[in-house]
Amino acid sequence: MVVADISPAELRQRAWEAAASVVDPEIPVLTIDDLGVLREVEVVGDRVEVAITPTYSGCPAMNMIALEIELALERAGFRDAHIRTVLSPAWTTDWMSEDGRRKLKDYGIAPPQPSSGRRALFGVAEVACPQCGSVKTEQLAEFGSTSCKALWRCKSCREPFDYFKCH
Amino acid sequence: MTAPSITVSETPLVLYTLRRADDALILGHRLSEWCGHAPMLEEDMALSNMALDLIGQARELYGYAAKVEGRDNDEDNFAYLRDVRQYRNLLLVERPNGDFAHTMVRQLFYAAFADLYWRGMMGSTDATLAAIAAKSEKECAYHLRHASEWVIRLGDGTDESHARAQGAVDDLWAYTGEMFSVDEAERGLIDAGIAIDPTMLLPEWLSIVSHVAREATLVLPENDWMQQGGRDGRHSEHLGHLLSELQHMQRSFPGATW
Repeated sequence: MVVADISPAELRQRAWEAAASVVDPEIPVLTIDDLGVLREVEVVGDRVEVAITPTYSGCPAMNMIALEIELALERAGFRDAHIRTVLSPAWTTDWMSEDGRRKLKDYGIAPPQPSSGRRALFGVAEVACPQCGSVKTEQLAEFGSTSCKALWRCKSCREPFDYFKCH
Repeated sequence: MTAPSITVSETPLVLYTLRRADDALILGHRLSEWCGHAPMLEEDMALSNMALDLIGQARELYGYAAKVEGRDNDEDNFAYLRDVRQYRNLLLVERPNGDFAHTMVRQLFYAAFADLYWRGMMGSTDATLAAIAAKSEKECAYHLRHASEWVIRLGDGTDESHARAQGAVDDLWAYTGEMFSVDEAERGLIDAGIAIDPTMLLPEWLSIVSHVAREATLVLPENDWMQQGGRDGRHSEHLGHLLSELQHMQRSFPGATW
């Protein structure tokens, strides 16, 4: 890419937008920017440094997300991308954007309650059904199809649904 | 062709980090052995999810140990290319799964400790360990809740489930003391604020476990003789069998990827 006539701020913006367009492979309606997984994008010369943070320690999506970021940057003309993982400050569901929460709900996954703290792990007061909005819901299983979700059921419309766990 | 074992320069911080990494990997592997065999689908997912959390914690810890050691070792070498005597995990976590009650009581004993331990380690003067702790404590708190609910349900369930849960408590109790042991190598790290003193966690651990046992109508043994050895590489026969499965591929086909 010819960088000479593009300002550093513009270049950084392009790199950020490319990286931010990557979606979570397990929840494809959310971008890594919505999730709060994308922490930093820096451009130094031809080199792009991207920092991401894992949601859960063992989240298997992280490797794929890193690969997708490299590919997205390459499509945007950045050939020398370096992805590193940062752990601090630890990710919590509070890093998820408002936009992200809305997209989750529209997709049929109850978003995490803005919280937080460790007690949020326990006393989940009420979770609204993403289909009908009723708060007459119950937990079926504490663990769901991915590390970040639990399985719930709505007692009003009878639909089972995923709940993005507070963390 | 087989891959030989690596050598490790066990400075106090490398050893300390490997011990915690090994706890997480071995317990994670044990839980993964349930995959496809759990009593019901939801529990299959729960056990696999907990295994995933623990293996994730192990990866972060191995990665840090490799960085501190500063040689050619990496997370995969630590996991796949150390012999049983080089493993430093607690004897508790290598105990065979046994029946579902044994697995859940083992999980309760470990998670009640790990939850307190990682919460304490969030204040470590070592920034990486503190960051790993901040992720791990949330996960272990969730595991603790899950294991507690099961132990209560099994203990306060049928005669059969009660007998099995009580049997598991009796069998595993002697392996709990090792979680609170401190040796010379760790004393220096505790004094430097890098590690916390696990003996300080014992009263609260006992209170949590006693509370669950009471709800579950289970009796904790009076016996306070505790088995030790895992931290120094002296293991039960079970770990060798576990490693032969865990390491088989990398030992037989060194560096294999797919």
